Amino acid sequence: MANLINRAGRLPLSGKIGLAFVLFWIVVAVIGPWIAPYSPGSFVNDEVFAESSRAHLLGSDFLGRDVLSRLLSGARFTVGLSAIAVAIAVGIGTGLALTAAVGPRWLDELLSRAMDTLISIPSKIFALVLVAAFGSSLVLLTMIIAVTYVPGNFRIARSLAVGLAKLDYVEVARARGEGRVHLALVEVLPNMIKPLFADIGLRFVFIVLLLSGLSFLGLGLQPPDADLGSLVRENTSGLAEGALAIIAPAAAIASLTVGVNLLIDAATQGKAE
Amino acid sequence: MTIMPHVDVCGLCVTVRAADGSPLRIVDDVSFAIQRGEVLALIGESGSGKTTIALSLMGYARGGARISGQIKVGDATLNGAGPNSLEAQRGHRITYVAQSAAAAFNPSRRVIEQVIEPALIHGTANDAQARAHAVELFEALALPEPKTIGSRYPHELSGGQLQRLMAAMALITRPDLVIFDEPTTALDVTTQVEVLQAFRKVVREQGATGVYVSHDLAVVAQMADSVLVLNRGTVREQNTVRAVLETPADDYTRTLLAAATPVVKAAVPCATEAALLLSINGIHAGYGPVDRHGRPAHPVLSDVSLTVPRGGAVGVIGESGSGKSTVARVVAGLLAPTAGEVVLDGQPLAASLSQRSREELRRIQIVFQNADVALNPAHSVGEILGRVLRFYHGMSGSAAKARVAELLDLIRLPSAVANRRCDELSGGQKQRVNLARALAANPDVILCDEVTSALDTVVREAILELLAELRRDLGVAYLFISHDIATVKALCDDIVVLYKGTRVESGRSRAYDTPPYHPYTDLLISSVPELRTDWLTGVGQKDKPQLGPSAGDAVAISGLCRFLPRCPVGIAGRCNTTPPPLRMMEAGNVVLCHRTEAELAG
Repeated sequence: MANLINRAGRLPLSGKIGLAFVLFWIVVAVIGPWIAPYSPGSFVNDEVFAESSRAHLLGSDFLGRDVLSRLLSGARFTVGLSAIAVAIAVGIGTGLALTAAVGPRWLDELLSRAMDTLISIPSKIFALVLVAAFGSSLVLLTMIIAVTYVPGNFRIARSLAVGLAKLDYVEVARARGEGRVHLALVEVLPNMIKPLFADIGLRFVFIVLLLSGLSFLGLGLQPPDADLGSLVRENTSGLAEGALAIIAPAAAIASLTVGVNLLIDAATQGKAE
Repeated sequence: MTIMPHVDVCGLCVTVRAADGSPLRIVDDVSFAIQRGEVLALIGESGSGKTTIALSLMGYARGGARISGQIKVGDATLNGAGPNSLEAQRGHRITYVAQSAAAAFNPSRRVIEQVIEPALIHGTANDAQARAHAVELFEALALPEPKTIGSRYPHELSGGQLQRLMAAMALITRPDLVIFDEPTTALDVTTQVEVLQAFRKVVREQGATGVYVSHDLAVVAQMADSVLVLNRGTVREQNTVRAVLETPADDYTRTLLAAATPVVKAAVPCATEAALLLSINGIHAGYGPVDRHGRPAHPVLSDVSLTVPRGGAVGVIGESGSGKSTVARVVAGLLAPTAGEVVLDGQPLAASLSQRSREELRRIQIVFQNADVALNPAHSVGEILGRVLRFYHGMSGSAAKARVAELLDLIRLPSAVANRRCDELSGGQKQRVNLARALAANPDVILCDEVTSALDTVVREAILELLAELRRDLGVAYLFISHDIATVKALCDDIVVLYKGTRVESGRSRAYDTPPYHPYTDLLISSVPELRTDWLTGVGQKDKPQLGPSAGDAVAISGLCRFLPRCPVGIAGRCNTTPPPLRMMEAGNVVLCHRTEAELAG
C-alpha cells in the first residue's frame, strides 16, 4: 500500500490528473446512489431541461428528473460494467495469447485464425446482433461486450508473447525442463504487463464508448436503469438549447476515458527503456 | 601545413543528470589534439566515455547530456555560428561510421541510394557525380562487383560488406574528419582483417583525419598513429601507438595490454585418462521442416562428433554460421538432431526436451551469450537462482536463501545482489549471475555459448578466470563455444574447429600453437590481430583461393570439403572430386584435408 502511494507520488503531472479523475469516478460509482439528493426515477422538477439551480445543481432532464441524481446512480453502470467487461476480455484474450505463444504450433494457428474470423466482424454490428438475439440483461450485456473485445486484445498480447517467448531467458527455462504454465505465467507474462496495460486502457475506453453507444441506440441498459450513455441519448432533444442534462453526462464520459488514459500512459511510461 | 592541429580539444566535459538529479560528469577534462591526416584511437572499456567523446566532436550529445569545454575541428568550433559550428559540419566535413552497419542501413532501400544520400543532402555533388564517386570508393574498399553492388538491398550483403559500405557513406562527402566507432567489433575475425585493410587503405588515400574508437588494442595498433587511453571518462595515457604498446606508462594501460592476450592462471590441464562424460556421435541437425529423407530444409550440422571428459573443457570454434551454437542447442535438447545421438555417462539422451528426465536436464546446463536477454528482467537475482534450486533440488525458504548466498559468493558477487533486478547490474555482473544460474543446478557439464564475446577484454579475463576456478574447485566440465581462438586456447584442453557445420579439425589445444593445421584453422589463427603495428601489412598476403568460388555449387551437394571455395591450397582434380580424408597429425590433432602433414606444415 505504501509502495502504491509512493509510486503515485512519482507520477508526472498528467498521470496525477488522470489518477484524480479515475479515483473520483470509482468513488462516485461506489457511493453515488447514497449521496444522490433525489431518487433517480422520480419527477422532481416541473420544468424540463432546467438550468442549474440550488435545488438541482445540474438542472433537470427531458422529464423533469434530477440530472445529478441520475448521473450519480448511472456512473456505477458505466464504470462497473466496463471494468468487469474489460477484465473478462483481457483475461480471455491474454490467456489464449499465452497459450498460443507457448503451446504447439497448430494450436497457435487454430486460435489465431479463429480470432481473425471474430475480428473481421465489425464490433458494433456484432454486439447489436447478439443483443438482438439474446436480449439485453446486465450479465448478457457484459458478456457480449467482453467477447467483442477479446480478439483485439488477443492479437496484441499474442504478438508480445510470441516475441518474448523466443528470448534466451525463456529458452533457458525451457532447457531446464519447466512446464508450459510456468513459462507463460512466470517468464513471459511479467514482461508484457506494461504494454498490456496500455492496451487495457484503450480497451476500457472502447468499452465505455460501445456501452454508451448501445445505450444511445436503446439496446444497452434498459429503463429505469441508465448509464452515462443512456443519459446522453434520452436528452438529445435538449442538444439544440445546450441543456446541462446532455452536456453533463457527455462530459462525464469524456473525463472518465481521458482520465484512464492519462493514468495508464503515465504509469506505463515510467521505466520504459 | 603549420603546427596548427586539425582537431583541438581542450578541457572537454560531458555532464548528465544522475538518477537522483545531481549532475554527473561522464567525461571529465579531456584534452587532445590530432594533426591533419593522422588517426587517433580512443580506447577503453565500456562506460569509459570513448563514444561520448567521439560524438561530441560532431557537436552531438545524447539526450540530456551537456557538452562544455573547447572543441575545434578545422575552422569549426563547438559554439561557432552558422557554417562554423560543429553541428553544421556534421555529416559533411565530419562523418561517422557506426558499430552495427547491419542496423544502420534502411532495409527497404537500395544501398547506393543510402550511400550517396549525405552528398545530396549537403549538396557536395549531383546525383551522377555522387554515384561515380561511390563506385570509386567501393573499388577502393575492395568490395566485390563495385559497379553493381550498390543496386542490392542491405539484406543481400554480409556484415563485413555493409560495414565497408557504411565507410563509403561516410567518405562520400570527402570529409576532413572521419569517426569510426567500433566498426569491426561485431565482425568475425576473418572478416575483420579484410575490413581493417580496406579502411586503412582508404583513410590513407583520402588523407582524412581519423578518430578510431575501440576497446581492442590489437585492432587500434593497426589503424592509429596515436592512442588516448580512457577510463571512467578521464585520460589515463596519451602517446604514440608504438610507445603505448612497448612502454606503457599507466597501470590501466598495462591491465588492458595484459587482458588482450588472456592467460588463465587457474587452468588445470585435464588428466588424459579422465572418464568420458559426454559424447556427441555423428550429429546431423538443422532448422525448418524435415523432408522424407530425414533432411531438414536448412541443414546446419553434418556428422559432428566430439567428446567431453569428466571435468574437462572442450572448445568449439568457428565463424558465425559455422553451427557452433547449434551444437549446444542439440546437446541441451532444444533442437532435436535428425541423426546421431548425444550420450551422457554411457546413457543415450532422448532427442527432445520433453522425453528427457529432470535429472538428465539438471546435469547439462546452458549459458547463453547475451546476459541482457538471458536473464528475465522481471525477476530479482534471488528469484532467478531460487527457481532453479526449487525446480531441481526442491529447496525453499532459508535453505534456498543460504544456497543463493553461497552461489553468489562462488561467482564473487556480494550477497545483497540477490535482491537486485538484473537491469541494475553491469554486463560482467549479469554474465556472472547467468553462470550462477547454471551452477545452481549442480551440473556435470555447462554449455557456454559465447559467454565472453559481449564483454570488454578486462571483464572477459575475469570471467575466464572464474570459469577456470569453478572447474578446478567443482569439477564441472565445459563445452565452450566461441569465435575467439585466443579465449578458447586459454581455457580449454581440447579444441574442435567447425566450418559450415562440419568438423574440420580437432585435437589438444597445444596442437594449435604451431602448424600443421587445417587451412581454415590457419586462416582463423592468422586473422587474430596481434599487438604490433606492422601486423596488418603482413597478414592476408597469402595465396588467393585456388579453385575459386565457382567450386561452391559442387560443394553444397556432395561430401566434398566445404572450405574449398575459400581454400588457398586446394588441389584441382582431387579436392573438387573426392571427399577429404581424416588425417592424424603427429601432434595428435585430426585434420579433415587432402593435404598431407608435410604439405600443411609448409
